[in-house]
Amino acid sequence: MNKIGTSGNTGKGVRSDCFISIELSSKPIGFVIELKSKVKVLYGDSIIALIKDMLNYYKIENANVSVEDSGALPYVIMARLESSIKQVLDSEKEFLPDFLDQNRYSTDRDRFRFSRLYLPGNSPNLMINAGLHKPDGIILDLEDSVAPSKKAEARFLVRNALRNVDFYGCERMVRINQIPQGLEDIKYVVPHNVNLILVPKCESVDQIVELEKEIEKVKKQSGVKNNVWLMPIIESALGVINAYQIAKSSKNIVALAIGLEDYTADLGTKRTEEASESFFARTQIVNACRAADIQPIDSVFSDVGDMDALRESVLNSKSLGFDGMGCIHPRQISVIQESFAPDKSDIDKAKKIVLAFNEAKAKGLGVVSIGSKMIDPPVVKRALRAIEIAIKLDLLSENWIKEEIV
Amino acid sequence: MKNEFVKNALGKSVPTEINGQAAIPYMGVNKYEAKGNVYAPKIKCAANYPKDGNKILPTLKSALLKAGLSNGMVISTHHHLRDGDLVANEIFKIASDLGIKDLVWFPSASFPCHEAIIEYLDNGTISRIEGSMNGALGRYCSEGKMKTTAVLRSHGGRYQAIQDGEVKIDIAVIAAPTSDPFGNANGLYGPSACGGLGYALGDYQYAENVIIVTDNIIPFPCFPMQVVGNFVDSVVVVDKIGIPEKIVSGTTNITKSPDRLLLAQMTAQFCDEAGIIKDGFSFQAGAGGTSLAIGVYFHKLLKEKKMKARFAVGGSTKYMVQMLEEGYLEYILDAQTFDLEAVRSMRDNKNHFDISIFNCYNYHSKGNYTTMMDVLILGATEIDTKFNGNVVTHSDGYLLHGIGGWQNCAFSKCTIIPIPLFRDRIPVIKDDVTTICGPGELVDVIVTERGIAINPLREDLIDKMKKSKLPIKPIEQLKEEGEKICGKPAKANLSDEVVAVVKWVDGTVIDTVKKVL
Repeated sequence: MNKIGTSGNTGKGVRSDCFISIELSSKPIGFVIELKSKVKVLYGDSIIALIKDMLNYYKIENANVSVEDSGALPYVIMARLESSIKQVLDSEKEFLPDFLDQNRYSTDRDRFRFSRLYLPGNSPNLMINAGLHKPDGIILDLEDSVAPSKKAEARFLVRNALRNVDFYGCERMVRINQIPQGLEDIKYVVPHNVNLILVPKCESVDQIVELEKEIEKVKKQSGVKNNVWLMPIIESALGVINAYQIAKSSKNIVALAIGLEDYTADLGTKRTEEASESFFARTQIVNACRAADIQPIDSVFSDVGDMDALRESVLNSKSLGFDGMGCIHPRQISVIQESFAPDKSDIDKAKKIVLAFNEAKAKGLGVVSIGSKMIDPPVVKRALRAIEIAIKLDLLSENWIKEEIV
Repeated sequence: MKNEFVKNALGKSVPTEINGQAAIPYMGVNKYEAKGNVYAPKIKCAANYPKDGNKILPTLKSALLKAGLSNGMVISTHHHLRDGDLVANEIFKIASDLGIKDLVWFPSASFPCHEAIIEYLDNGTISRIEGSMNGALGRYCSEGKMKTTAVLRSHGGRYQAIQDGEVKIDIAVIAAPTSDPFGNANGLYGPSACGGLGYALGDYQYAENVIIVTDNIIPFPCFPMQVVGNFVDSVVVVDKIGIPEKIVSGTTNITKSPDRLLLAQMTAQFCDEAGIIKDGFSFQAGAGGTSLAIGVYFHKLLKEKKMKARFAVGGSTKYMVQMLEEGYLEYILDAQTFDLEAVRSMRDNKNHFDISIFNCYNYHSKGNYTTMMDVLILGATEIDTKFNGNVVTHSDGYLLHGIGGWQNCAFSKCTIIPIPLFRDRIPVIKDDVTTICGPGELVDVIVTERGIAINPLREDLIDKMKKSKLPIKPIEQLKEEGEKICGKPAKANLSDEVVAVVKWVDGTVIDTVKKVL
């Protein structure tokens, strides 16, 4: 019997995905394509044309292909078929969907990273609208949310999503697998304008060095110029102890995140609501990040139904000094954004300071003061940042200075 | 008989005769004025009814026989028992056992539980359905298996058709959760309580014969009289008229889908910025996931602004009741009641009234409530770039839904349709909808997750939203965005054979549904 390549998902509850299997044949059967699709009337012809295109591209002449489609978008069908083909055929060739022009942006090292939304890397139905919920970043996850048997096919899907799904200006992040397995992920994401790579279970500088080498190699091969930022995730006692060294190990590291599920397991304890077991680790991360001038980012909050508890958790996180948190459901985004945002009294204070700062600048004064009180430069910096956040979150008009004077 | 087709005001080819009855092509919104008198059933005489007021007959079969059940009759039912209805199927089982043929089933809506009707369509007991066809019944009709042409009407259009004599009901069978032996009945009490019975008004006013079927008989008098016993011929008591958990849901919950919540939030923000949310405003939002969430956002906005809505038309749910009981809504005018909390509220709250379709939707009357509503939220399967809406067929041509109150509701001051730009690769905004259920001039705003399109006719709304940060876009642009993601869909494979016609609120023919190949 010939080898059969399969990829994708089918069955009850599966939407916007497809399951494709392919069997090459030595007999002159041509293409025998069996298509079951919810959208057959509307897209049957175009799905079959796409499949034939791809078979021709891989110079396949005789094959049985069966597709069970539940409304998969073309980039998904392409990923599923390519993954299936590569199980039965040795080929380095990639069949790539269009790279949307609007996906070519790069991101700044110190942009806001209040919220980043995790998207399981092998679940296409969650990808297409993710950016509409306006998290600061989306994470296409190749690690824990993808079953070991699905790791290979998820890489094709994540690659195609980076090219063909519009994430509407979110920072485009990928969580790769743990180093060294994660090194294999790099060539699927770096050539396709990933903005930031999350490095799970990071505990040593060596891992970062090894990863950067691979990234540089792939960047050179594919002619990528944009920065690829790194966010190591600290998830073990060793990682916590090495946090500062890790934070300083590359100029591309913009943040450290903490992963509390694995960390508490490593400590041999359980995650509790009061989180006293992780207090040391969290403050250690915050201090390491501040010392290295990068962003400290907190773990995720796992009860997606409890918005009040989430809000409390975010405020606690903010008070410890964190600059952001992970989201596992879009509903969490607005709560996290609002909670990290400055409140009204913060904004009013910041406005006064910024106005005084502008006035001092206009007069050529080196010292900023309000009345008789001198304002230190770090306070000014914090105020400017608070104003920037407030404008971004629609809490303050972009023209507030003009409006203030009127 | 040779059937002729003419182009109606929307350019759709429609038959001039349906099932042997002359039909008028759609002429435009508020263009066709019907002449003549409303229909009236025969004069009845109290001498022919029991002096003691006891109209109870032993079985539904005996009541149907007494009503003279015979070939070709029109049998009407209401849908207040929703997917828990045990009565409609039973009527046709009896008819089938009696060898009756060619009945017309005239329900106010059908549900998945009515799939059993297919057996009686197959064996000739029923010749066609005039009403709504959901799921399996719609599929059956789409495949051309119904003997005569189905007729789809809105809720208001159904009342209009009864009242105008377009449909003459021979026997109305009214499932009633509580009744007295005289036939006064309501839906408020009893094991099968469903709230109001407002969809059955036209049925008992105009049918030649009216049968009440109840599983909760109480001594005369039954109050409130949602059905007035003076119209009723007989009362039948059975063990069970419905399955309670399928009649009303124990509790209705708003959607947890982030995509739908986003639509709801955008819709509420639109209404707020357009100045619609103000003291004394009125609204209607159905019981669908997105609509419910919009109601909840309205509630939140009113709370923030310390304002009250004057009235809301239900489909009522616990969320509307919360709004009423917290004082942010003064009146619920309720034509159907979706959950137990709403049934409770209709019983207990003096500001929660049951109303009929005649009140809120009938076009052939001295006004109705739809044109008074400040904002009305609707759904659709497809919208085209002319803002025409389709709610009955899917893009593959299959008839899968009824019109409901959609056509009637479109007359509101601001009709908003929040819909995803595509569903599982199927784009919702198209060059032309498969079936036109309502003309674009009545649809004011389309809200999708990727942008909001305002009907160019609504210059006032466009003006108000000029400074909005919401993504206001031309509808053509939305269509293109959807097709860029999904690909351009092929056209449905349809024959020329008409399997159903869609009536407008005034009884004219707005479009047809073709057989699927």
